[in-house]
Amino acid sequence: MSTPASALSSFDHAAASSGRSLWHLAWLRLKRNRAALAAAVVLGLIVLMVCFGPLISQYGYATPHWEQISAPPSLETGHFFGTDSIGRDLFVRTMHGGRISLMVGLVATGVALLIGVAWGAIAGFVGGRVDNVMMRVVDILYALPFMFLVILLMVVFGRNILLIFVAIGSYIWLDMARIVRGQTLSLRQKEFVEAAEALGVRAWVIIWRHIVPNLLGIVAVYVTLTVPKVILVESFLSFLGLGVQEPSTSWGALVNDGAQDMEFAPWGLFFPAVFLAATLFCLNFLGDGLRDALDPKDR
Amino acid sequence: MLPRYILRRLLGAIPTLLILITIAFFLIRIAPGGPFDDDKTLPPEVQANLDAKYNLDQPLITQYFMYLGSVLRGDLGPSFQYSDYTVNELIAEGFPVSLRLGGTALIVALVFGVAIGTIAAWRQNSRLDYLLMGSAMTGIAIPNFVLAPILILLFAVYFGWLPAGGWSGGAARNMVLPVIALALPYMAYVARLTRGSMVETLRSDFVRTARAKGLPEWKILGKHSLKVALLPVVSYLGPAAAAIITGSVVIEQIFGLPGMGRYFVQGALNRDYTLVMGVVIVIGVLIVVFNLIVDLIYALIDPRIRYE
Repeated sequence: MSTPASALSSFDHAAASSGRSLWHLAWLRLKRNRAALAAAVVLGLIVLMVCFGPLISQYGYATPHWEQISAPPSLETGHFFGTDSIGRDLFVRTMHGGRISLMVGLVATGVALLIGVAWGAIAGFVGGRVDNVMMRVVDILYALPFMFLVILLMVVFGRNILLIFVAIGSYIWLDMARIVRGQTLSLRQKEFVEAAEALGVRAWVIIWRHIVPNLLGIVAVYVTLTVPKVILVESFLSFLGLGVQEPSTSWGALVNDGAQDMEFAPWGLFFPAVFLAATLFCLNFLGDGLRDALDPKDR
Repeated sequence: MLPRYILRRLLGAIPTLLILITIAFFLIRIAPGGPFDDDKTLPPEVQANLDAKYNLDQPLITQYFMYLGSVLRGDLGPSFQYSDYTVNELIAEGFPVSLRLGGTALIVALVFGVAIGTIAAWRQNSRLDYLLMGSAMTGIAIPNFVLAPILILLFAVYFGWLPAGGWSGGAARNMVLPVIALALPYMAYVARLTRGSMVETLRSDFVRTARAKGLPEWKILGKHSLKVALLPVVSYLGPAAAAIITGSVVIEQIFGLPGMGRYFVQGALNRDYTLVMGVVIVIGVLIVVFNLIVDLIYALIDPRIRYE
């Protein structure tokens, strides 16, 4: 079993091709995992729908139609998913909510990625007392009931979508930091890092050029598993009425509205819930598939 | 050894709790509005009297230290919103409900999750395995605030078998739906964890030895493998136990249960400073205790781990 790292150290000039072959191998294995591929396709469709779906509808996401209150889904009226309790078109709202949910998921994961990778890579690479202090900080933050602090934050500063990004992202990075640190610790022992150090390459450059690229695999897996987690947290906040502000919406907020009228207008719950669940389902499946594909133990 | 270990762990938790209290305290205080902002504005004298009664006229930092002092004495202060109650009383009322709900859900999640995961690992890559793990993934993907209304619609409204909400002193009938809604995502997660580590354990040498000795399959699975395979599940349990007991905020709201979770959201919205702080502290302590218990169980299962 040759890891890309050791291949890199023995054949320096072959570095690029061996790096590609890891991803190539992973891609081959992912292609064979039909469940993961199907998840990726469904996910792609959802993203396309969310982006371009509103274009095929004549309605706006915030315009109430008082003569069409809680109308059932129908192709004739153009309300494909029906309307809500003040007559807004649910198809367009579901797509709009999807944009918000996916955006929150991606941006907050991005925040987590930046902080987590930097924090974990530095702690793992520098080691010693710095590592101890940095990881102790993570431990302490880990023990805080973050959901409650986020709720508090939303109450304090009002519902603000930017704040949702920051609040969720600043909590989610903890896992990332731990995983990245563990990986960095083992990478640090590798010969190519030793070689770079012997050549007098500065620590920052080693982290950036040699450690971070080798973390990409695990980070990719982690990102696909974090996005659904973030979407879920945002939905949870929206459900409590602390998420995005009307007339904007998210899948969580739509589910909450839908649940209130479910007895006479079940479509209000059904469509957003299906989109939310399908997205979470696909992201989890894809993450699992990626993990299997990138797992060096499983060749 | 053991008592000293426990003591050291508890002492180690003090900074965490202190940070938690500090963040929460100042966060809720910088929120605009106060606990007595009602629809009608109070006369300034009344407002001043109220502020003086609850020490709100003091500088914030003084209030902070006064609050810390009273917390150390075990007094969480009077509630602003429920003016006849202290926070201690409110929590003493709500906590058992949350604990009972969360505890039951946790046991359900653990028992069924481990069973499902073990069966799936035992029949790895069979149809049964795919079916079970597919369902587990669905359980993870459907948030419980989606599941809960569907359960109510189905079993309370449509079939009329179970009540749609309410607590009635913790009657079993009232517990069924909230427990299912709360337990399902955790159960699914436990099942996946168990399957993952069970698959690996079943490949190990001691299992092969046990098979070679001709031990019955149930003994290999239930006695030998499970003990090893449960380690990751146990370490997941600490955070999960704290989250399941406190995270029933949504479930309590949907089913109208008098637990601790609703105090928090209501309290925060009404600027009931002491109540919010009280809930945060209880949760912080719970997390510390659960993590400690998990580490102790961990050492119990795996004798290679020693308390240092």
